Amino acid sequence: MHELIEARFRALNPGVDFCSLRYVEEARETLAVRQGVAEPLARSLDRGAMITVLHRGGYGYAATSDLSSAGLQAALERARQWAEASRSQAVFDFSGYEPARPSGRYIGPGAEQPLDWQRRELTELLLAEDAASQIDARIVDRAASLGRLDVHQLYITHDGGSVEQRFRALIPSLVVTAYADGVAQTRSLGGQYNGYCRQGGMEILAQAGLAGAGQRVAEEALQLLAAPNCPSGSMDLLLMPSQMMLQIHESIGHPLELDRILGDERNYAGTSFVTPEMFGSYQYGSEHLNVTYDPQRSNEFAAYGWDDDGTPAEKVWLIKQGLLKVPLGGAISQARASLPGVANSRACNWNRAPIDRMANLNIEPGDQSLAQLIAGVERGVLMDTNVSWSIDDSRNKFQFGCEYGRLIENGELKGVVKNPGYRGISATFWRALKAVGDESTLDVMGTPFCGKGEPNQVVRVGHASPACLFGAVDVFGGEA
Amino acid sequence: MMRQYFEAVAEAVFAALDEAEQATLWLSGEQSDFIRFNHGKVRQAGQVKQCYLTVQLVLGNKHVAQTVTLSHVLDEDQHMLLGVLADLRDALGDVADDPYLLLNTALQSTQRSEASRLPPAEQMVADIVAAAAGADLVGILAAGPVYMGFANSLGQRNWHETASWNFDWSLYSHGDKAVKRGSAGTEWDAAALQTAMAEARAQLALLARPAKTLAPGSYRAYLTPAAVGELVSMLNWGGFSEREMRSKRSSLLKLQAGEVSFSPMLSLSENTAAGLAPAFQAEGFIKPAEVALVREGKYAGSLVSPRTAREFDLPSNGAGAGEGSEALDMAAGDLPMAEALKALGSGLYVSNLWYLNWSDRAAARITGMTRFACFWVEDGQIVAPLNVMRFDDSLFRLLGSELEALTAERELLVDAGSYGGRSSTSQRLPGALLRSLNLVL
Repeated sequence: MHELIEARFRALNPGVDFCSLRYVEEARETLAVRQGVAEPLARSLDRGAMITVLHRGGYGYAATSDLSSAGLQAALERARQWAEASRSQAVFDFSGYEPARPSGRYIGPGAEQPLDWQRRELTELLLAEDAASQIDARIVDRAASLGRLDVHQLYITHDGGSVEQRFRALIPSLVVTAYADGVAQTRSLGGQYNGYCRQGGMEILAQAGLAGAGQRVAEEALQLLAAPNCPSGSMDLLLMPSQMMLQIHESIGHPLELDRILGDERNYAGTSFVTPEMFGSYQYGSEHLNVTYDPQRSNEFAAYGWDDDGTPAEKVWLIKQGLLKVPLGGAISQARASLPGVANSRACNWNRAPIDRMANLNIEPGDQSLAQLIAGVERGVLMDTNVSWSIDDSRNKFQFGCEYGRLIENGELKGVVKNPGYRGISATFWRALKAVGDESTLDVMGTPFCGKGEPNQVVRVGHASPACLFGAVDVFGGEA
Repeated sequence: MMRQYFEAVAEAVFAALDEAEQATLWLSGEQSDFIRFNHGKVRQAGQVKQCYLTVQLVLGNKHVAQTVTLSHVLDEDQHMLLGVLADLRDALGDVADDPYLLLNTALQSTQRSEASRLPPAEQMVADIVAAAAGADLVGILAAGPVYMGFANSLGQRNWHETASWNFDWSLYSHGDKAVKRGSAGTEWDAAALQTAMAEARAQLALLARPAKTLAPGSYRAYLTPAAVGELVSMLNWGGFSEREMRSKRSSLLKLQAGEVSFSPMLSLSENTAAGLAPAFQAEGFIKPAEVALVREGKYAGSLVSPRTAREFDLPSNGAGAGEGSEALDMAAGDLPMAEALKALGSGLYVSNLWYLNWSDRAAARITGMTRFACFWVEDGQIVAPLNVMRFDDSLFRLLGSELEALTAERELLVDAGSYGGRSSTSQRLPGALLRSLNLVL
């Protein structure tokens, strides 16, 4: 298909300063079971193209699912019209902007390999885990699913640029709810919002621990049901990777997005407490904090070779030893702000224009084992698996909740606590980072559901993180 | 024209079915111009022409579905859909009988088509830029036709087509201090836009005053309909869903059990007749005009999808698979909106809330932030803009013991959302006066 589209695009006579076509084809299928019954099989094949025009300093786009020559010609014309109509009243004059003309091919792990996707056997696996979670009459709801995603992208420019990229991802999930005496507790495998999402093939099932998860997750749900609420007060907080992913995402990723700093998102997703002059001088966190944008960690959910404006992607240190260095801004935002950035101009699909997004945003490992991290806590709580998230529009005042908590007293793990939550302020929270776990504590997580942008876009992001220990955090539990 | 195209596509699919097969089709399409604004100018302008078709193939109690993009080139789409049918037949061999399959056999065809009365989007953009001259405007205009259609091989046809605009915007004073507005319609009125912009500019003067930072604690508060919308949207996060109720994850479990109640002032319903969303859902079930959810503070009902109806042997009330409200209606109270500040006395005027989530779902305890033009009020007069504050409180308290009054006037809030496609959901809500709201950070 992509050869045909490229040939049709090449045959157009754009008559503009610059023109690109971005073709996206996404095939999805999800197998799901609930309460011992297979849910309806859901499949999708989504394909279309966006044509972007830069002309006489203006910018316009048009996206269409009509991939015929006439359809692409019509899209080109509409994009040109918007470039013309907006150029005299635009935020940014594109006449001095030099877009990328990339060339190459990126194949994500497993993307060109056959996938052993046997629906019956996989459904049986899900049903077996679902059944294994029915360990007690108090288990009132069970669900398990496995999604696959195959993406094929093409980015070509009118003057010869051409990039092809292919990706494959698998998304296993398992969620169990226990209920008794008016109290419900839900526990999951990697989160109720698909925290185990990775690029690659069937090896992801083993990495996520799907086999055997049913019983373990159900046992933890019952533990939570019997547990006291998390205590309240100021104490040490040990966050596991399945919560760290959310902490990174909300209070480092979003505030560092350059389009937010430039004000584009103020009507919807919000602004940022970070300002342009902070880069290079602002102490974002303690000396233990090292944050990277790493599209080259290939099994992470948002690994790629080029972003959607054709910029080649490579690892960049955003925060080093706590010092803020580089924002998350793509080529256009870099030009607008006169700041360095990364290759993170991304669109959720063919029908949305690229904007600054997180991709793989990670915390680099430290030097402490989990046992050492725990041993360093006199009084605190370990929290695992995000379940609730809320942060202000400047990405500063936050409150997060987790599925599962364990007390830590005098360097030892103690009992389970339910409804663990904590709140803080981004600008000071990361400075309370006391220690960072080593590679053995690291897990590769992500989310398919990062929302932002006008019109709205949900993109895939990855977050690899070790366990991290914070001091003097405001912790609380459930009920009033 | 799109309707005729849908008919032609449906005809091709249904003609290709084997005798024992049934099929349903769900179409969702739009041709939207999207224009983003920042600093009173155009940030990003373009058009999206998309059309998705979901084909469900049914054989006995087995069924599978696939969603595809239509190209609008009929012979290409017909050819592609024959391939989809072949794939679905293969997939049928991999699935078991579905005990919860419920097909709509009560055929009821409907049609609602409104011809576009919109001017070219370029004209609307010019009007906006002119009205915002010199102001720090940020936001988005979405404009153009939206289509939704259902067809099944039994002969039912449903079509919903409107051409509308939605302009969701803010005027910024400085930092995070801004006036938030939104409006939508099927006819463009440049004069009304200028009036709205002028009113917003007038409020900017209040935001320019030195901001007040509150200490955590309990405060009286008046919530505008937009802020009330954020609160009740949390109830729509599985709360009204019958399936979530049965799986014990609904935040309204305690309400259903009669352990708690809201204020007798609170009545909520899914008022499809007064909303903007189609009166049919993706499986062809027709929605009743209104479904009571909360009546005078007590549990009154839930949203029941066809699948849930079959699983729990209940009647369906036309809810979609997600069992979420698309036309939420809250009964009005008797406080004139013009007297809201006077009734508040001293406390918070909350124009908008933001980023709500659960602190403890089973207790309907939520957290969230104040946002945009929130003010500190003393003796019924606005004194100062507020720096953003985090609240953490129970919905059973806020809309229960602490609910002092609801306004007599209600506002129709049209969702500006566009994840995947432009939303057709809406809410009709009053403002709310609260005896206390707990601020925590």
